[in-house]
Amino acid sequence: MSVLSSPVRADDAVHALREGRRARRPRRRRTGSHLFLAFLVLYFVLPLWFLIVASTKSPGGLFNSPNGALWFGEDFALFDNLSTLFTYNDGIYLRWLGNSLLYAFGGGIGATILAVLAGYAFAKFDFPGRRLSFALLLGAVMVPMTALVIPTFVMLSEVELTNTAWAVILPSMLSPFGVYLMRVYTADGVPDELLDAARMDGAGEFRTFFQVALPLMRPAIVTVLLLSVVGTWNNYFLPLAVLSDSELFPITVGINLWQGLAGANNGGGVSLYTLIVVGSLVSIIPLIAAFLGLQRYWQGGLSIGSLK
Amino acid sequence: MATLDTAPRPVSPAAGATVATGRRGTRRRKRRGNGMVGWVFLAPFAVVFLLFLVGPLLYAFYLSLFTNGLATGEEFAGLANYSRAFTDPAFLSGVWFVVRFAVVVIPVQMLVSLAAALVLDSLTSRFATFSRLMIFVPYAIPAVIGAVLWGFLYSPNFGPLEQLFGEGAPFLLSPDNLFYGLTNVVTWQWAGYYMIIIYAALQGIDPAVYEAARMDGAKAWQIALKIKIPMISSALVLILVFAVIGTLQFFTEPQVLLPISNGSITTDITPNVYAFNLAFRFAQFNYASAISFALGIVVFIGVYVFLFLTRKRGGFLK
Repeated sequence: MSVLSSPVRADDAVHALREGRRARRPRRRRTGSHLFLAFLVLYFVLPLWFLIVASTKSPGGLFNSPNGALWFGEDFALFDNLSTLFTYNDGIYLRWLGNSLLYAFGGGIGATILAVLAGYAFAKFDFPGRRLSFALLLGAVMVPMTALVIPTFVMLSEVELTNTAWAVILPSMLSPFGVYLMRVYTADGVPDELLDAARMDGAGEFRTFFQVALPLMRPAIVTVLLLSVVGTWNNYFLPLAVLSDSELFPITVGINLWQGLAGANNGGGVSLYTLIVVGSLVSIIPLIAAFLGLQRYWQGGLSIGSLK
Repeated sequence: MATLDTAPRPVSPAAGATVATGRRGTRRRKRRGNGMVGWVFLAPFAVVFLLFLVGPLLYAFYLSLFTNGLATGEEFAGLANYSRAFTDPAFLSGVWFVVRFAVVVIPVQMLVSLAAALVLDSLTSRFATFSRLMIFVPYAIPAVIGAVLWGFLYSPNFGPLEQLFGEGAPFLLSPDNLFYGLTNVVTWQWAGYYMIIIYAALQGIDPAVYEAARMDGAKAWQIALKIKIPMISSALVLILVFAVIGTLQFFTEPQVLLPISNGSITTDITPNVYAFNLAFRFAQFNYASAISFALGIVVFIGVYVFLFLTRKRGGFLK
């Protein structure tokens, strides 16, 4: 950037400085920027819009809608579709939804607890093997998790844990990136002086951790929890590999099962396409609600890892 | 133990002394930390780490050293599975596909997310806040559902493309268009997440820096290109690493779209899809393990080398 190019510019700049904040955000409408955003929003929302519209159509209207795939049809069958969804095959969909919740929260809460403890250890203690363990951890962030799925399956089948909830929950508790985030956050977010003060006052290590460190780690905890719950909820490869009983499927594998059956026309008189559409809509509502409700926490938290 | 809440905070004049003992306390803590307290906190994670990361990796390597034939049973084969993999056209074409895919999809994702983040960072309107959330929404949608949705949208039976273009509508999962069809799904799924990370990093920059540049007569695009982007380079490197790791293990989207692609998505399209089908369709767990392990090692080394290079460059930029 060159030095001031003209005195007029310099005047403007001084003016701008005097006027402070208001001048910094020019009051132009920024039409171009807003158009660009509008275009992006249309693109990113398009499949969702399709999903909402398609959920309201009757099985016949899904394929043959007078107003096209992206607009509502003549009939409004959302509630019929929902009741079919929840009763089809003895309500298997609700089971899948429950399984997803169980796996996501079991795996996510487990991963978060482990990450909080391990991140605190890395940030605040000097123990033998610390450098080596941390190097291992950073290496683990780079290991593609899907490379572990097939050997994990074979291992679990040898201890007869495949086709149980544990086969999904236990491996989901592994979150090297979560530990890394917790370490980075705790190193600065929890001052050493405060911990030392607590220790001086006679608090043991665990009391220091629970009463002093833990409350300060809250923003990072929410972020890691959200990321690991979402990660497990969205996981497909692992449950697909380790589960074979459809009663145990999470929603992702279940919807995919329907998709395979729908292609083969195996719905037994029910339009599986309608079920897939409505089932997809219902399954994404909890996560979108969680993200919108918790945005205060995760928006700040997501930057933790990138600032270091 | 009740002292914690009631003990007076160290105030002057004793403050100096307290700080001093505090420092000594730190040193003592570190020495005491040489005991096992740190390990007590680390232990639960270490157990899971050993059981579900180190264990499967070693086990995959062990499995990959054997072959299992119907007639011969399990037999030690040394590195035979690896020499088989690296001469197996199905595996090699899968690797070639994900490499080509990474070269196209990662720059596209990065450009979309960076452009969106820069624009969002320069606006304060309500519409900008709304857009930020809407662009991020696909991240909250499971990749399976995302792939199913795009499968519907691509579908000649009830997708909108047919209605827009009529008979000549492109089928985005045909052999010729598949690459673009998948690029679109993956970009849609992940660009919002990357955008949020970049946006958070941009918001962390002190606005005074822009002020100085503006006084020097810098235009908005110059500030974006020469100040904002270099200052968030560590966030960009992080995203790049995520994107590389994610793209090389590409699995969910092709696996989900496979049945509706009329055969243009094959069971060996990516190494992961190939390994999955080898294991669960043909019960070739040994060979599948070799492929998983080879893929893991290749990704690991690739990312490690990349991080090593960019770390130096990052330091140079500062």
